[in-house]
Formats: sequence, structure tokens, C-alpha cells
Amino acid sequence: MSRTVEHHRVAPQPDALATTVVTSWKAPIAFAIFTLIALALAVFAPRPGETTYRWSRETDAIQVPDLTVPAMQALWAVVALLAVSTLYSVLLVRSKRRVPLWLIVVFALLFMFGFLTWAGAGSSLPMIGLLFGSLSLAVPLIYGSLAGVIGERAGVVNIAIEAQLLSGAFTAAVVASITGQPWLGLIAAMVAGMLVGMVLAAFAIKYFVDQVIVGVVLNVLVVGLTSFFFSQVLAPNAAALNTPPRFDRLHIPVLGDIPIIGPVFFRQTIIVYLMYIAVALVYIGLFHTRWGLRVRAVGEHPQAADTVGIRVNSTRFWNVALAGAIAGLGGTFFTIGSGIAFNKEMTAGAGFIALAAVIFGQWDPIKATLAALLFGFASNLQNTLSVIGSPVPSEFMLMLPYVVTIFAVAGLVGKSRAPAADGKPYIKS
Amino acid sequence: MKLQLRGITKRFGSLVANDHIDLTVEAGEIHCLLGENGAGKSTLMNVLYGLYQADEGEVLLNDEVQHFEGPGDAMAAGIGMVHQHFMLIPVFTVAENVMLGNESTRAGGLLDLPAARAKVNEIAARFGFHVDPDALVEDLPVGVQQRVEIIKALSRDAKVLVFDEPTAVLTPQETDELMAIMRQLKAEGKSIVFITHKLREVREVADRITVIRLGKVVGEASPTASNAELASLMVGRAVELTVQKDEPKLGDDALVVDHLTVVDPIGQLVVNDVSFTVRRGEILAVAGVQGNGQTELTEALLGLAHHVQGSAVLDGTELVGQSVRNILESGVGFVPEDRTEDGLVGEFTIAENLMLDRSESPPFVRAGNLQRSHLADFAREKVEEFDIRTQGINEYVQRLSGGNQQKVVLARELSRDLRLLVAAQPTRGVDVGSIEFIHKRIVAARDSGVPVVVVSTELDEVAALADRIMVMYRGRIVGIVPGDTPRDVLGLMMAGEVPAEGAAA
Repeated sequence: MSRTVEHHRVAPQPDALATTVVTSWKAPIAFAIFTLIALALAVFAPRPGETTYRWSRETDAIQVPDLTVPAMQALWAVVALLAVSTLYSVLLVRSKRRVPLWLIVVFALLFMFGFLTWAGAGSSLPMIGLLFGSLSLAVPLIYGSLAGVIGERAGVVNIAIEAQLLSGAFTAAVVASITGQPWLGLIAAMVAGMLVGMVLAAFAIKYFVDQVIVGVVLNVLVVGLTSFFFSQVLAPNAAALNTPPRFDRLHIPVLGDIPIIGPVFFRQTIIVYLMYIAVALVYIGLFHTRWGLRVRAVGEHPQAADTVGIRVNSTRFWNVALAGAIAGLGGTFFTIGSGIAFNKEMTAGAGFIALAAVIFGQWDPIKATLAALLFGFASNLQNTLSVIGSPVPSEFMLMLPYVVTIFAVAGLVGKSRAPAADGKPYIKS
Repeated sequence: MKLQLRGITKRFGSLVANDHIDLTVEAGEIHCLLGENGAGKSTLMNVLYGLYQADEGEVLLNDEVQHFEGPGDAMAAGIGMVHQHFMLIPVFTVAENVMLGNESTRAGGLLDLPAARAKVNEIAARFGFHVDPDALVEDLPVGVQQRVEIIKALSRDAKVLVFDEPTAVLTPQETDELMAIMRQLKAEGKSIVFITHKLREVREVADRITVIRLGKVVGEASPTASNAELASLMVGRAVELTVQKDEPKLGDDALVVDHLTVVDPIGQLVVNDVSFTVRRGEILAVAGVQGNGQTELTEALLGLAHHVQGSAVLDGTELVGQSVRNILESGVGFVPEDRTEDGLVGEFTIAENLMLDRSESPPFVRAGNLQRSHLADFAREKVEEFDIRTQGINEYVQRLSGGNQQKVVLARELSRDLRLLVAAQPTRGVDVGSIEFIHKRIVAARDSGVPVVVVSTELDEVAALADRIMVMYRGRIVGIVPGDTPRDVLGLMMAGEVPAEGAAA
């Protein structure tokens, strides 16, 4: 990083315009704020003791030794490193250079380590549980964000992910309870999500109703419907209608025995394994198949797609329906995926966080998945810290996933570009 | 392949866009469809291409009646179209654009990109040019994008090719190259329909000419007809193709632009270190192909651009860094290049649009209240003065024709006390009759001592209006030359070549 960069670089080929670097002070300011927070923790709320990071469970075949650090020394070290990073970022911006992504990642990891060490002083942190739970909580977010990515890539904004998750959770619980078959619940959930998607698609594509408004209305509608059926039908007959069987956890041989990775990723339920497949399929499908090329064409420039004989509105319709089915599948996590009975509004805004993951993930299935994992981690951190007795008030910790969402979407999203025709109906004259 | 259109009629509500149009194009022929903006040429071609359904009439290919449900059917029948606004997806590569809708796949359903690349290279080689199949379309110059459109049509074995206003975005040199490609296509036996309103191009390349006015075929002409004959056929009356103007009576320096640079959000220098001076009573025409920084330059003068460095001083007052309101109040008149987007509010009446930028103070507003009667008087006077053809001052602007809309913009801007007039593409999408009028008003403003900056991509307009011509290329000034500079020199300058005799004027 020591080479000098000229301010005005003349482009090598005549076709490109000369460029300059537009710098932003966003990163240094955010760095400074977080450094001050860490400093404040160290100065005003010192917590003596040692923090132990546990990397394996007693039952694991291969044991990874625990990591024990003295809390305050570690925190002060972190504060110093954060301050150095902040200074470095200031220097970068002052010399008209961008703050690289790796620095942001390193900064975030450092801050997280410092915070965890401080919060866990005097106790031990079950890292496997923390990460395992993060992945689990991210499951509906990932399915939801895949649905969002497909919908928006095709040009339809899907605000109704929340409704699709909730209807999936509800239908899965009822069907699986009646039949005793979680698989049937899973299929029913996909159908339910797809139906919600089709309503959205019909209004948005056929009748040109504002997509955001249809989505919001659908969310309210599904909350109302499921809450009504829950209190009037499910609650009185809970044993017959709302006692869903759950998918068992499957321990994948060999992969499941790898230290740290195994217990986190490969001792999950079938819903999680389906999710791995879904992420890969959506990624390959969008960028390497005819289906994906056409979906993206329809979302970028529908008229151009039309002039090469692609039926824009039917492409959009079926892809929004497909997206609904995927979100519905994600909704099964809440009931048959966890073995919990359906409850009113049990998705608790996961659909909106998934939507944030779509944007934070720049409409890319892999990046959206990573964003959803980040949000899942934030949610589970709050759970874990309240279990080990964190000094932070629980109300504040409950805000954490949403604070992370706002910061992620507002501050860190770089030069991402939505599909050009996202949210715009295609009206043929 | 022989193409016949018989009695094509297309109505939009009460408007008859095409009225029983007959057209025959033989194989190996370049057939020009000449007509003004809004004459119905594009509608006709969209009917041919299956984008619109005709209310009456039929399309025949090799004497067989065709029924096109959509563009897919038209393409399958061998019709290819190079659209005025390219139907390319900017974030896709050339190969992806060419294969879209016609994709070949490999094992596992994966896209067969190598085959698409090979096809692009093969067709490009046939016409002696090169296009990188893996380049993103948005990174290519418009001339190359147009070739991608042509490749796309040819990759589907098009036998009839429709070019819809293909030269609107090209430099004169690129236009010549396109003409060469069209002749080569003709030699291959393709039937070509060439839609345009530019007389010179028609005479250069056409085998036959059909003239359309107000949705009807008004006659055929031979390529040997003179410009004046073609123009009067197109407009329906004799038109003056040149503007009468006297020698400029030059005053002092009014606008002094010094090292002006505009940076766009991704850091490109869209206007790169530009310096020039405009004197009172002079028209400086800014020539150049669309997208070479002219738009951003005018926006910077109006205070609409962010990230502006350098200075622009009007009569001693610095414009850079001022708010738009201050700049307007200091006497800058602005005709934006897209009147429907920036110049007018379509859902407002003519009267309301005439006071859009004067809502701050008397006489139109007193103590926060609109002065309706004053506005009505003012509007009636301006409608009269600027010959705005309308039902009345309370008609919605969006219902006016392009020419009349532009007259509303011009009336609003010229009715203030101006110290500078900036007019971007003042006659784009305007009928020939209104062009004459608008040009006269701009010259009148200049003769009253106002410095005028006209941005235009049409060399005819530049030549008609300019006292001096400033050519821009990739954000820089290529040169500032006298108003009577020959077209071929300007053409080279628009492609970025600095003229041999130097850039001073």
C-alpha cells in the first residue's frame, strides 16, 4: 500500500474518460465513533476478569482448546488497534484514496472481539453455540433474501417477503400437524408462499398497482389472516392443528466431524441443507443459465427483452411466484424447522431484514446470503449475551440486529446499482 | 426478401398515427422512409415488428400474409430492427446481448458463451470491424453499440432490416461508416428500410424514397430530388432551410468560463478543464456527439451539477457554487435538453408553466398568493407572441406537440431580462415549422445583445446559428472555430481530432 496514486489519472485508452477519485469521509467517521465506544467501555465500564472462548462441545470427537484472554488488557489492545485503523483511514481519505474493504472487515472483527471479550468477562463464551445459532437464525433471512433477489432481478420489488414467510410458517405448522408429515408441511408452505407471490405479481404486473403498496397490504393481510385463524381455530384445537412434528437434525458423516465447521454447518436440519443447495442453484441459475439471463434482462430493460421475443410480464409473473415459494420454504424454519407451534406474528420482521440483506448484498445471491448471516449473527449475539449475563441492558441488545441493519444498508453499501427496471411495471402500448 | 405493407392503419384513441399506409420494399433495396418527428414512421415500423397490433391492414413477406403477435414472431419471420433507442441491456456483455432470446446452451443448461462469442466475431469480421464480445455494452461508444444492434439482428438471420433514425447519435464519420455497412447489406440481398428526417443522408444512400406526413403517405421521390423539394414534401409547404442572420454586433465579454471541471458520482471527469468566453451579442454553438460533456456543462452553468471545480463568471458574478435560484435571478435563461423531464410540468397548464421559475416574487405572486389575472394576461400575450398553437392558456402542456411545448419553454425563458441564454438541443423532436421559429427567436435574442450558448448535436443547427463553434469530445474542448467551418472539419473534430490550423478563433 505504499505506491503513490496520482490525483488525475489519464485513461490508457481513448474510449474511457479521465477519472478522479471521489472520496467519502463516511468510513473514517464511523471508525472514529466505534473507537470512541470501545474507549468508553474501557474507561467508564471496566470489567475485570478473564474471558474464555470455547470452540468445541464435550461430545465432539476432536477437541479444540479454549482461548482465554484477560478482558481489560485485551480491550485496551483492541482500542489501540482501532485507533490506529481510524488514523490510517483518515490518512487514506486525506490523500484522496478509498478506504479498502479489508480494512473495514478487520476493523469490524477487532471491534467485535473487543466487545465480546468485555461483555463476557468473568465467564466463558460458547462459540459453537453462538455460530450455530447465528446460522439457524439466518435461515429464514437467507431464504427471504433469495426470494427478494429473484423478484428484484426480474423487476418486481417484493416487500411481501414477510407475508410469505409468515404464511409458510402457518401452513407448514397446520399441514404437518394434521398429516404428521413434516415433508408435506414443507410442500404446503411453498404453495402458500407462492400464492402470496402470485397475488403480488397479479396486482403489480397485470394491474400496475404500486408494488410497494401491494406488498405492504399483503403483509398486513397475512398477519391479520394468520392471527385470526390462530386465535379462532388453532388455539382451541392446538393438539390436532398446531403441534407440528419437527425435522430432525442430520449429522453429515465426515463433514460433521470437522472441528468448529462441522458442528456449525453440518449438524443441521434438512431445511438448512436445502438452503445451501438453493443458494448455489440461484447463483448459478441467475448468472450462467438461459433462465437467469432472461430474468436479468427483464429486470434491466424490459423493452429490450420484449424486442427479442421474451414475454416480459409472464417471465416476471412466474419468477415472482417462484420467489414466493422460496420464501414460503424459508417460513418453515419457524415451525417445523424448530419444532415450535405457530404463534401470532412469529416471523417478527424477518422479511424486512431479508429485504435489507437483498440491498446490502447488492442483488447478488451470495452477497445477500453473507449479509443475512451477519444479521443472523447480530440476533444470536443478543441471545447469547443475555444467557451469559451481559452487562448491556437487554432492551438495548434487542435493538442490535436492527441497528446493524441500518448501519449496513446506510453506511456500508458502496456503489451498488439496483436492476434498472426494478419496481417499474412494463406497460405495452 | 420482399416486404409489403398494405393499408396499415393504427389508431391511438382519436389520433390516427398511420392512415392506410402502403409500402413495398424489394430485396436488395434501400428504401427510405422520410418524415418529420411525429409523422408516424416509428409507429409503422413498430407495427411491422409486432410491437403494436395494426387496427387494419396486413404485412406480407414474399407475398405471404404474416400475423405477428409480438417481436418474437417478426424476428422468426426474418425481420430485424435497429432501434433508435438501442434495445441493448447496458450491464450485459456484447455476447450476452446478442444471444438473449436466442440462447444456445451446453450440458447442464449452462449458457454457451463461446458459441455466442464466435458468432459476434464472425459477423463483425464479415463487415470488417471489430467488437469485443466480452465488453459490457455500457462501456462502448454509441457507434459501436449500434453495430452490436446490427450484429444482433444478423445473428438471427434477418432478411429485412429496419434502421430507425440510426444516425441521430452518430458523428458524421460514423454515419459514413454506417452508410457503407448498409450498402454492403444491400449487396448481400437484404431489404433495408431506412427511417430518417435528414435529407442529406436520404439522397446519399436511398434507392427509393417514400415520404410520410401526419400518418399518410404523401408521395414518392427519387434520390435525385433536391433538398428543398424533399423538405417541402415532408412539411407540406415551402420551408426556409437556412436562418437569416446578420453579422453579430459583438459587445464585451459576458460569460467567462475558466478551467471548469465537473466530476460525476463515480469520479469521471465528464467536463474536463474547459475554458471559453462568450461575448454579448454572440451565439456560441457547442457541437459534439451526444454524451461528450455538453449536458454536464450546461448543468454546471445553471448550478445543477455537484462536484464542480473552476469558475464561470457572468458579468463579474461568479456562478459556480451559487444556488439555482440565484443564478436564475442573475439573469440566466435555460432551455433544458429534455423539455418533458426538466423544462415543463406536463400536468400543469400553459399559464402555470410560463411562471414556473418566477414564483418567488411580484408580479406573479404577492404576499404568497398567485396573481391569477396577471398570469392570464401574461400567458395570453406570450401564446400570441410565440405562436403557441393551443386551445387556450389553460390547456395542459403535455397535450401540446413537441414544437409547441418547446415554444412554451422558450417563451418563459425569453420573457425575463436575460444576461445569458443557455439553450440545450433547442429543436430536438420539434417539427420543421417550429424549428424555423425557434431559430429566429434565438437569433433575435442574440441581436438584442444577449450572449447565447446553444448546445446541439445536429450539425445543420450548429451551422445555422453559430457565430463561433466550440466542439467538445470526451469532456474536453477540441477547438473553438468560426461559424462557417466546413462540415467535414467539424466531423473530424467531433471524433476528437484537433484541426490542423489550430484551435483559436
